[in-house]
Amino acid sequence: MKKGYPRFFLLPGLILLIAIIIFPLLFTIRVTFSSWNVSQTGLNFIGGENWAEMARDTRYWGSMLRLFYLSFLTVAIQYALGFAIALFAWKGIAARRFFRVLWLIPMMTTPSLMAIIWRSIFTEDIGALNGILSRVGLNPVNWLTESGPANIAITIVEVWQWTPFMFLILLAGLLSLPKEPFMAAAIDGASAWKTFARVTFPMMAPISIGAIMIRLIDASKIFDSVFTMTRGGPGNATETPAAYIFQRSLQDFQIAYGSTLALMYLILAILTLTIIGKVFARLSKPRGI
Amino acid sequence: MYKVLKATFITIWSLFVLFPIMWAITTSFKPESAVVNGATFIPFLEFQPSLIGWKAILPGPDSITNLITPTLNSFIVTAGATAISLIFGSLAAYGLSRFTYGWKNYSNADIIFFFVSQRIMPPVVLAIPFFLLLKELKLLDTHLGLILVLTSGLMPIVVWLMVDFFNALPREIDEMAMLEGCNPIQAFFRTILPLSKPGLTVAGMFCVIFGWNDVFFALTLTATKVLTLPVAVIALNGTVTPYWILAASTVFSIIPLVGLAFVIERFLSRGNLGGAVR
Repeated sequence: MKKGYPRFFLLPGLILLIAIIIFPLLFTIRVTFSSWNVSQTGLNFIGGENWAEMARDTRYWGSMLRLFYLSFLTVAIQYALGFAIALFAWKGIAARRFFRVLWLIPMMTTPSLMAIIWRSIFTEDIGALNGILSRVGLNPVNWLTESGPANIAITIVEVWQWTPFMFLILLAGLLSLPKEPFMAAAIDGASAWKTFARVTFPMMAPISIGAIMIRLIDASKIFDSVFTMTRGGPGNATETPAAYIFQRSLQDFQIAYGSTLALMYLILAILTLTIIGKVFARLSKPRGI
Repeated sequence: MYKVLKATFITIWSLFVLFPIMWAITTSFKPESAVVNGATFIPFLEFQPSLIGWKAILPGPDSITNLITPTLNSFIVTAGATAISLIFGSLAAYGLSRFTYGWKNYSNADIIFFFVSQRIMPPVVLAIPFFLLLKELKLLDTHLGLILVLTSGLMPIVVWLMVDFFNALPREIDEMAMLEGCNPIQAFFRTILPLSKPGLTVAGMFCVIFGWNDVFFALTLTATKVLTLPVAVIALNGTVTPYWILAASTVFSIIPLVGLAFVIERFLSRGNLGGAVR
């Protein structure tokens, strides 16, 4: 085959993407070695000062640690629940088509706008949730101003918003599974649980991995819910790196320092996701179908 | 026993999914007194519905904002970014599915990861450099500028979905076309593209969802001319607008995409979506 054809397909997209992304990326790298804020015109060079400050920035590393458990926890819950409802919507319940539409809806809504609605639900004096709690005779909870409940509130919002993403991908995967393995399992008299553990789940491994990876990438950017509902508070109890970087670079206008934090975040995210990807690839290979 | 558990689970999950939506809809019809004096839930019983929130956002004498132009802007920007991402993304995905690219030690898998990794960048990081870039190119506050920036986040999704989709299409299809004298480009457009409608539809839907719902870039890279719908609502939020107006404008701006849920379901039930992620 002539050499030009493969290039015709790949290069336009690749070049377009690089053209869009190259300047922002190089600029971010350069800015981390300066003390630039919006008022200065040129870029100075201050060496690794920003990087040294970052190493000492406990608020940053605290937010990083928080992101770690927040993203893994929310994606794990989303996967488990998404898989469960995908199995129900796959076969075995009445009015499947109704439930499929219903369960997709949260993904269609704008996260930053729903965060406003969620804030009005969690708001402590006039919010819906405390209204319900007081009607059934329970004490109101400080959903947004107490560290534990605030983290639960963020988790609830993330699970509500993104479980449908898992649901959609997994349901589409289930619908495309070949029928033969299930017939074989039925002939062998395998129980429902065994069929799931030995047939359905392994066959869904590649799709599961893809869905989990994309969700982890997006979850690492958790921002809308945090910023709208708690502003990272109380204190820094719900602050994620994205929210902290936003604070430093776009509200305090310490753009150079904010970029340093952002670049480090990017490096860590790529490293972590690469490792997770490799682990998944290894886990799913020997058992493949 | 299992049936009871299943029914309970489905009921609880459905109520959970519906609750914020119902809360937004009821709040949008509440008068001031039904919001500020504590939570109320049931219309007519607990509060007398009022149109005060909706009158504030729809054209008319009581209107405090214009949401019609932002709606059009959102349509243009979403459609533009989706189209560009689909065209360039699916071409690249087809190439990555059928040919082997090599450059030093980098393989196809690395190139795919490069595409997908563009999604890792948090918008917060890119906001300022994108602002400077678009300013230099005189694209600030234009449809095209926002479309290009959104494309960088949407194309990775298209490539990720479409590589898997093309991998699932038998190679014999394009080989057959080439035996009959097509070159690979003709083979792609004549035989593969018509078979790819389900995959392209799914990828396109994801693009529409993520493009429509983007707030961060639209907020930082556009000002007045290309205000998108979510940003217009966020702007209301910034000026401490009461909850009934916020709720009405939120409901208004999520209606177009909730309609999309029905379209997706139709595809699912016809089995078309199935092949798209395998």
